[in-house]
Amino acid sequence: MRSVERIKVKGSDTEVNLVFRLAEAYMAEDSTVSISIAGGGSGVGIAALLNGKTDVANSSRALTEKEMAMASRRGLHVVAHIFAADALVVVVNPATGVDSLTLEQLGRIYAGDILDWQEVGGRPGRISLYGRQSNSGTFVYFRERVVGRDFSPALKQMNGTAQIVESVMRDPYGIGYVGLGYVSKADGSIRQGIRLVRLKEDPTRPAASPLDEAALRSGHYPLVRPLYQFTNGYPEGKIKSFFQFEASPKGQQLILENGYLPPWPDMLAAYDTPSESFSKVETLNYYTERQ
Amino acid sequence: MTRRRYFWNWFFEKSLALSALVSIATLMGIFLLLTLNSWKAFERIGLGEFFSLDAWNPAAFDAPSYGIASLLVGTFLTTVGATLLAAPLGVGMAFFLSEVGPSWLRNVLKPMVELMAAVPSVIMGFAGIVLVGPFLAQAFDLPNGLNALNGSILLAFMALPTIVSVSEDVVQAVPQAYKEASYALGANRWETLTQVTLPACYSGLLAAIMLGVGRAIGETMTVLMATGNATAMPSGFFSSVRTITATVAIEMGEVPTGTTHYYTLFACALVLFLITLLINYSAERVAARLRKRGQ
Repeated sequence: MRSVERIKVKGSDTEVNLVFRLAEAYMAEDSTVSISIAGGGSGVGIAALLNGKTDVANSSRALTEKEMAMASRRGLHVVAHIFAADALVVVVNPATGVDSLTLEQLGRIYAGDILDWQEVGGRPGRISLYGRQSNSGTFVYFRERVVGRDFSPALKQMNGTAQIVESVMRDPYGIGYVGLGYVSKADGSIRQGIRLVRLKEDPTRPAASPLDEAALRSGHYPLVRPLYQFTNGYPEGKIKSFFQFEASPKGQQLILENGYLPPWPDMLAAYDTPSESFSKVETLNYYTERQ
Repeated sequence: MTRRRYFWNWFFEKSLALSALVSIATLMGIFLLLTLNSWKAFERIGLGEFFSLDAWNPAAFDAPSYGIASLLVGTFLTTVGATLLAAPLGVGMAFFLSEVGPSWLRNVLKPMVELMAAVPSVIMGFAGIVLVGPFLAQAFDLPNGLNALNGSILLAFMALPTIVSVSEDVVQAVPQAYKEASYALGANRWETLTQVTLPACYSGLLAAIMLGVGRAIGETMTVLMATGNATAMPSGFFSSVRTITATVAIEMGEVPTGTTHYYTLFACALVLFLITLLINYSAERVAARLRKRGQ
């Protein structure tokens, strides 16, 4: 009897369902491997990798300076693998009357500078902010990318993405941010009772919808982020073949079906440059072989 | 035969002493752990900042700040709200069960109320999100119901079994002779209830309420789910609040060990520990005085 190799994967709540599906499909093909997947948040996964408690850390954000310093102090060589991309969508209650925002407006709303919907062309009423807790990679990504400083202390910190969506549906002044996979269904329609906000970074251009795939790929829609899997050292053996499976046409199809995007060359290239402050760790590329 | 009896006597005496010792040692161990780790927090940030009005923002974008004032107010609001709701309800229920209602009803209702204590806190939190929250939003015309009042209502229900159960025992313990004396003087049932029975069990009811409060203040999951967890200083019961318990629960899992943030969470836990210890100790003191008087 052949022995079963166990792989431990831990981290991002954004990635946990997707990686679970991918692992299920991979294990169906290869019965000699058993992959266990846990959530907890990107920070939890990275901490586990640095403490040697997991083989793979799922993370929706890059390593921070502190984490990189800790890794080198402990003699770890962290390697990144970008296996998918996620569009972050901003959802509002339709009663707010707002359907597009600039990135700057969004940042000022979440910093607590803009307090009333009227200031951004909506129905008058005090804005009610929803977001994730600080152990979430989405919290960190959104703060770095959009807010650029601390969140308003009035931000209601919810336990999970689903709770944000529920609250925005019930709150006529509510705004929240979640992964696209949580609000779009397999057939491309979105959930009832919420509105996806069109966003633009450059105020002179028209705002882009997160449902417009071309806008996501071109970067016209501003909130697209890579989803990482970190390992200590280059992945070998079963971990490597699992990563290759994720990059295979079958894996990419699963990624699309779950509401995420398979990575594309321009995005990979953008995150491959070591000069970028957010990605000082080496990024692996399993896709070029196919293209 | 006697020898064996002596042995078992000795054995049970010692093992009971040992189990008592284990619980005391655990308590002391927890206290020591919290104090030692909190000490490191106070060395780094000082008591001044910890109790200052600065925001609680350890994972800040620029400079972290560690003021627990808004968290203390959050805990205080939810607990006081819960007490104000649960105390009259619980004491009223106890009097009804013990003095007014028929005894068959008491035999049905009391176990049912006590069973409420078995509802897992995560279920209460869920009820807060899908039932109490939307209800509050509609009733008070608020954008959302994730606020201190929501937490108070849920905590009131969680404290109720303790308050009802202990209060009912207290009311039952009032000597029958007191009431008979009152009836003999021509007082009716209502007068007897409010002017004889109630004053006779004031301190016991106080102990019952305080035990309920002790339960409410340490509750974590329910408030974490239902109160919105905003760290801003609350302005009233309709504000979202973050309690001390929720803060420790949310942040302990992600904090790197050995950092200021890590030690400060221990300091938060120490504050909570001291508050609950004080409440439970005073409740015990009141109850003990009562027992002595009853003898």
